[in-house]
Amino acid sequence: MKYTEGPEIRDTKAPEGPIEERWEKRKFSARLVNPANKRKLNVIVVGTGLAGGSAAATLGELGYNVKSFCYQDTPRRAHSIAAQGGINAAKNYRGDGDSIYRLFYDTVKGGDFRARESNVYRLAQVSVNIIDQAVAQGVPFAREYGGLLDTRSFGGAQVSRTFYARGQTGQQLLLGAYQALERQIAAGTVEMFTRHEMLDLIVADGRARGIIVRDMVTGEIERHTADAVVLATGGYGNVFFLSTNAKGCNTTAIWRAHERGAYFANPCYTQIHPTCIPVSGEYQSKLTLMSESLRNDGRVWVPLRKDDKRAPGDIPEDERDYYLERIYPAFGNLVPRDIASRAAKNVCDEGRGVGPGGLGVYLDFRDAINRLGRDAVEKKYGNLFEMYERITGENPYDVPMRIYPAVHYTMGGLWVDYDLQSTIPGLFVIGEANFSDHGANRLGASALMQGLADGYFVLPTTLGDYLADGPFGEVDEAAVAEAELKVRDRIERLLAVNGTRTPDSFHRELGRLMWDYCGMERTEESLRKALERIPELRKEFWENVKVSGTAEELNQVLEKAGRVADFFDLAELMCLDALVRTESCGGHFRAESQDADGEALRDDEAFAHVSAWEHSPDGEPVLHKEPLVYEYVKMTQRSYK
Amino acid sequence: MKKPTRKRPRGFLSSSNGKKAVMAVTGAVMVLFLIGHMLGNLKIFISKDSFNEYAHALRTLLEPLLPYRTLLTIVEIALVLSVVLHMWAAISLSRRARSARPVKYVAKKSQATGYATHIMRFGGLTIALFVVWHLLDLTFGVVNPKGFDSTPADRMIAGFDPSRWWVTLIYLVAVVMVGLHLRHGVWSAFQTLGWANRDRNKALRLSAGLLSAVLVVGFLAPPLAIMFGVVQ
Amino acid sequence: MNLTLRVWRQSGPSDAGRMVTYRVEEVSPDMSFLEMLDVLNERLILEGDDPIAFDHDCREGICGMCGMVINGVAHGEQRATTTCQLHMRHFEDNATITIEPWRAAPFPVVKDLVVDRSAFDRIIQAGGFVSVPAGSAPDAHSVPVRKEDADAAFDAATCIGCGACVAACPNGSASLFTAAKITHLSLLPQGQPERLSRAKAMVDQMDAEGFGGCTNTGECTAVCPKGIPLDTIAQMNTDYLKANAK
Repeated sequence: MKYTEGPEIRDTKAPEGPIEERWEKRKFSARLVNPANKRKLNVIVVGTGLAGGSAAATLGELGYNVKSFCYQDTPRRAHSIAAQGGINAAKNYRGDGDSIYRLFYDTVKGGDFRARESNVYRLAQVSVNIIDQAVAQGVPFAREYGGLLDTRSFGGAQVSRTFYARGQTGQQLLLGAYQALERQIAAGTVEMFTRHEMLDLIVADGRARGIIVRDMVTGEIERHTADAVVLATGGYGNVFFLSTNAKGCNTTAIWRAHERGAYFANPCYTQIHPTCIPVSGEYQSKLTLMSESLRNDGRVWVPLRKDDKRAPGDIPEDERDYYLERIYPAFGNLVPRDIASRAAKNVCDEGRGVGPGGLGVYLDFRDAINRLGRDAVEKKYGNLFEMYERITGENPYDVPMRIYPAVHYTMGGLWVDYDLQSTIPGLFVIGEANFSDHGANRLGASALMQGLADGYFVLPTTLGDYLADGPFGEVDEAAVAEAELKVRDRIERLLAVNGTRTPDSFHRELGRLMWDYCGMERTEESLRKALERIPELRKEFWENVKVSGTAEELNQVLEKAGRVADFFDLAELMCLDALVRTESCGGHFRAESQDADGEALRDDEAFAHVSAWEHSPDGEPVLHKEPLVYEYVKMTQRSYK
Repeated sequence: MKKPTRKRPRGFLSSSNGKKAVMAVTGAVMVLFLIGHMLGNLKIFISKDSFNEYAHALRTLLEPLLPYRTLLTIVEIALVLSVVLHMWAAISLSRRARSARPVKYVAKKSQATGYATHIMRFGGLTIALFVVWHLLDLTFGVVNPKGFDSTPADRMIAGFDPSRWWVTLIYLVAVVMVGLHLRHGVWSAFQTLGWANRDRNKALRLSAGLLSAVLVVGFLAPPLAIMFGVVQ
Repeated sequence: MNLTLRVWRQSGPSDAGRMVTYRVEEVSPDMSFLEMLDVLNERLILEGDDPIAFDHDCREGICGMCGMVINGVAHGEQRATTTCQLHMRHFEDNATITIEPWRAAPFPVVKDLVVDRSAFDRIIQAGGFVSVPAGSAPDAHSVPVRKEDADAAFDAATCIGCGACVAACPNGSASLFTAAKITHLSLLPQGQPERLSRAKAMVDQMDAEGFGGCTNTGECTAVCPKGIPLDTIAQMNTDYLKANAK
């Protein structure tokens, strides 16, 4: 796939001056909208997860006319709900040396120096308000006997800054946002559209002015216009078919926006989570995450010999390879996510994997049970063991768990400036759908923080500044009609193919291909192979897909087909981005770029930039680089040996 | 799809919770009555006179402060009212339940005990029918061999004569039904009035069971004793 | 495994609906229930049939979107498990499995096993929230909460809004769902100012939607995938009675 290089992005609209004052400055410089005018301004928010739900609720509360859309039957189902671990905030309630600066520092470093300092600093500042807001809403965070909030250290952080609600932090925070949203719906400031899927963006006179949606129950194609559009549609991990994302998660909304002119930044940055329940067969439809905390007491191992089919209990101690403890004696089983994931892949590639298909490694609690006693282990991990047994039918107290890495989060997304505005004026992108704050790798418990920071605090300020110029008047009918026609045409094309393969079978094949060639480890060769294979598969899709039913009814096959079609295009851009970035960094590991110990090797000289891709109708994407400058945190190479 | 709109609420008594509260309160009135009734019945074990005196005392209570039978009439009115309200609430709740599920399941399997579901409405109906019979038999003496012009003790003993074993059988079934109804009903009333909670629940369920058992034994003792000739 | 499925098929809200029998072969015991349906649907699509529509999303038991009555039990007989986490190993080979949608007037069938649960959203709209605009909250540590209260509030707050309680209730009551939210907010100091008005508004809305009344049968809590306890309903009743006494 060819591409050209366009001009660099020099201005991200971040204010100048000391980093701790930048957000204050921006808040002050952002123009206000007079309350009487707010009612005349219409805002569309797509997606109702932590980012979208909190944004719609807050904008409604501020007095704007909001329309909120989600594809589920109610806004409370958005996949933020599945986040287990917790939410980071620089509250320093423990007095253990945490601070806004330290959270900022950890996030920049954790992102492997591929995130913007200004954005990350703001995120750390705002994190403090999120906890206050959530508690005031009645989010039942874990508490200590004194009645104060409990925190824990998460994902190897040296301070205890993660607030949590048992293993359901995402659920509780989302319900807080959902309840705030429902309150605004009752108040009439937000109009809710459930079971509606966005299929295109309306751009008129250079501004984002609305969306085309399909009512998933009646099949009706509707046009909704507004003065600004906010996309909060989550990540695109489902391009791999198997991931920890919800089945409905898709890239369609952001991909259509990309086709309309929004740059797509760093599509290749993918986070792989090391402790998921492995695939059990061909029919597997999704992967389930197991909390990373299991690695605190479980020991990871595989048989020393290849193709050892003995039951784990029959393999004597000296024929086991505790490979993480062997390779990384200092950190052992607690090495970061990407290292643990790659190590698992390597041993499986050597033919030493366990379980069906040889894609799994043992996570063994035998020693922990002997050391701490079964009761203590049950107290700590009882609910996780139960969940594992529910899915696999195996009891982890007797048989070691089997785990394998799975796609979990995508750091890439639509490019946005400091105001969270994309390259299309009036199109704002928040939460996982944008690329902004995590660099090449996201820290544990930071996704919830970013979603809520964007929705509750950042967007309401910066969007106001944009809307201060509004209302923008009638939307050009030609632009609306063109977008609607395009959507209708595409649906008709999908239904007309009438081939012999289901959308799911194409999705599975694409996912497999992406996992093999653009997964945990990428090489020039694998990426070139993928870039050759994807267009072939896409061609076959458009010639041979079978979509049953009609467009005028609830048609889950049609929904699926439309999403898969967009995944093909996205997959191609991901591979291209991965191919161009010849360094390894964070969630992007290029086998060609590693040090003598097999560690990821960054190339700051050539790649300390954001890769923002511009779509071009002729199929040759244009790469715009946004240089990353580090004034506060010194770039270093990490080491876990 | 139709636009969802929020509908206007109506008054307390038309709310499902209001009706439940009515059931709980009227149920409590009837339970208190049953306790008194049972204690009175047990006087037959002391002597026939004691039993008759008790029956008479019910009518002359608070005399001469109040005219003959005043208090009893008040109690009777309260009871009739309770029965009517209890039944009204039950009927209107079960109609509400029926319209909440217009299409029935092809297969349905209870996951709780299934106890309350079956026993309460069916049991309530059985009890209501029995009460009619019971009043005709022992209060008005219409279907009693001794007729109305007899002492209460005579009516009772004649009513449960071994030759009329089937009356005792009806009575036995009905009393057991009352017990089963109350086993759930008493606890349910606590739950409805909001007095049940996690700490108290076990104790409440136990007390409800115990109270029901005491009532069943207390009510069955006299007729069985009569039937087997212990009381003559 | 080979199975016979009897599935409720209904093309739309106005269709009467009927049970249709399907044969599914070579089912792996490690499949989830929904994966088994996926396999059947893939076949139906290729045969030119309409695949069975059912709601699902996260497939890890937390979003609350999936739900069907399996052999007469909401989410199937496996306790504390959503349909998506139910696995085929719990079924016998050659079994016949009956699959129906949630049945309640306030949950009209959209298609096949998909129902419209927006009544739940409207119950929340009536008052299932704490009124607090973004940015106006005091410091999180300014109000301590007893650990016991926080834990009990959390237990109630784990409701995933799937609707199994309504599906299982012989009265078609939404009391457990409504009570879970009322209890969650009632137990926390943040929920106090709106406590009584919330209970009244939510219960009245629940009635207005056409749900049945509670008769404390306990069917709801028995099928609840999150095990929301029945005493939340007592809490709801207390608050509702107090609100009406005022």
